[in-house]
Amino acid sequence: MAPAPARTAPAVSARGIGRRFKDRWALRGFDLEVGRGTVHGLLGPNGAGKSTAVRVLTTLLRPHEGTAEVAGYDVAAQGARVRHRIGLVGQNAAVDEVLSGRQNLELFGRLHHLGGRAAARRAAELLDRFGLSDTGKRPVGTYSGGMRRRLDLAAGMILDPPVVFLDEPTTGLDPRGRDEVWSAVRGLVGGGTSVLLTTQYLEEADRLADRISVVDTGHVIAEGTPAELKSRIGGDRIDVVLHDEHALAGAAALVEEATGHSVRTAPEERRISAEVDDRAASLTRAVRALDEGGVAVADVVLRGPSLDEVFLHLTGPRAGTGSPAAARVTGGTAAPEQQDTRQEARR
Amino acid sequence: MNRTAPRPAAPAVPAPAPPSGPLHRLAWAAADGWTVARRDVTHWLRQPWEPLFGLLFPVLMVLMFVYLLGGAMSVPGGGDYTEYLMPGMFAMVMVFGLGETVTAVAADSARGVTDRFRSMPMSASAVVVGRCLADMLRSAAALVVLIGFGSLVGWQWHGSAGAALAGFGLLLLLRFALVWIGVYVGLVMRGQGGIAVIQTLEFPIGFLSNAFVATATMPVWLGAVADWNPMSSTVAAVRGLFGNPAAAGDGWVAQNALLMAVVWPLLLVAVFAPLCVHRYRNLDG
Repeated sequence: MAPAPARTAPAVSARGIGRRFKDRWALRGFDLEVGRGTVHGLLGPNGAGKSTAVRVLTTLLRPHEGTAEVAGYDVAAQGARVRHRIGLVGQNAAVDEVLSGRQNLELFGRLHHLGGRAAARRAAELLDRFGLSDTGKRPVGTYSGGMRRRLDLAAGMILDPPVVFLDEPTTGLDPRGRDEVWSAVRGLVGGGTSVLLTTQYLEEADRLADRISVVDTGHVIAEGTPAELKSRIGGDRIDVVLHDEHALAGAAALVEEATGHSVRTAPEERRISAEVDDRAASLTRAVRALDEGGVAVADVVLRGPSLDEVFLHLTGPRAGTGSPAAARVTGGTAAPEQQDTRQEARR
Repeated sequence: MNRTAPRPAAPAVPAPAPPSGPLHRLAWAAADGWTVARRDVTHWLRQPWEPLFGLLFPVLMVLMFVYLLGGAMSVPGGGDYTEYLMPGMFAMVMVFGLGETVTAVAADSARGVTDRFRSMPMSASAVVVGRCLADMLRSAAALVVLIGFGSLVGWQWHGSAGAALAGFGLLLLLRFALVWIGVYVGLVMRGQGGIAVIQTLEFPIGFLSNAFVATATMPVWLGAVADWNPMSSTVAAVRGLFGNPAAAGDGWVAQNALLMAVVWPLLLVAVFAPLCVHRYRNLDG
């Protein structure tokens, strides 16, 4: 029998994890360390390997290379012990659509061997904790997306596991549902739970995570606190959209002067983007300069960097359009409303 | 937004100790299997139309074959067509259950429920055992309904009650074997694909047998194929046990129907149960 893990062991520790499907490596040389009681974000586009990493760490997939411990136990050799200590909230809300929320939680409680009475008590506690008490006997099929995800979170918390995995918990939710899930996740952390969260949205990782690992093509390409990463990838940006394409060059010069940063222009969208150091002040200067220059502006937006821009900064502009990163960047994986919610200034 | 903000964590739930011995583990497996099966029972109670229509279908089939087609049917060697038909219909109901198994397994896999089960500290066999329990319950209920309806249209058994019970046992044994095929197909072909395949195959599999007409009336090669259909062995054996007209063929497999009605299902389970376990452990891979 393996010795009990040290009390200070990290929540998740992965070294050199490799996992292939047929002959394609979905993960290769994947390293990760999640400290106890922290939220760690795995940030990356579709197909980067985030879900494969979660499936390996939750014992659903065996790694072909490397080792990983969760809550101090080896995922390959001590799967049963790991499963006692984790909660998994997958990409699709894995709850029964026909049963009510309460019946779902009682079902999962019994499958955690709480016994009928304790399972019912636990279900009531969790419904209360996740704000679902008043859903009554309604089948889950009638819930909103946010309610379903909160129920999904609750189902992952039956035993108050020390480590919880959230695989893209807000994908497909409207802004209101996303806010509901975010506040529920913050509640978990307040209770001392360690969370590994995957997301395609920089803003989500920024809001929730203590540390972020950026994942691309199956391994971590950057790691740090949100502040560290943002200082590496540049800060907020201002987007100016013009009515007239011919005014682009003149306007670009004005924006460049106002922000003190070089601009990127996208002529087909009549858009100028520039980094800003001092948010509102730069915005004001740019708007005033454009106004005084007589440039007709369609839209001005102050926003955080998009995932595309994060990847451009971390991987560099790759040569050719055939590289996976370039294809993804032009494919545009980040939903606009997810990037632009920080602050919008319209003229 | 206050309503949705979680309160401070509730006091930690004492995690039940993992099972200590083989007996304890077996008890957990049984309890987990029953919990999973109860989920299906709750489905039936909350949405009774779907299982009710499932029961209606074989009833309509009986009406069709007895009154619409029955007049044109004659049983080789003589005998009442309704009495000949009903054992075939009983077996047909068992085959139709295959679609229900595949649908349930594929839906859980596609929605991530199977993954959640696999990431939980529950008995690994519980998902399949629960599926099996629920499907057997449902098919047994369908069988009871059809026995009642068969009696209304003039079918009865002529042997002893013991022989009749043995006949129903053989039908459920066939269903038991089909559960494992259904679970395997559902796990391999996630989503709608598996369901379409099974629903397309159910009818040819059911009709390419002795369930509706004697295999002697088919072209020789086709009759041989129908005789070797595992379903034919069950139907022929059940006809014998009920004392219904059998019109059995001359081939070895038709002459040893009772033996084969036991051997076929056990063989299918022996092949598909390990495949299911392997597949469940290595989903994705």
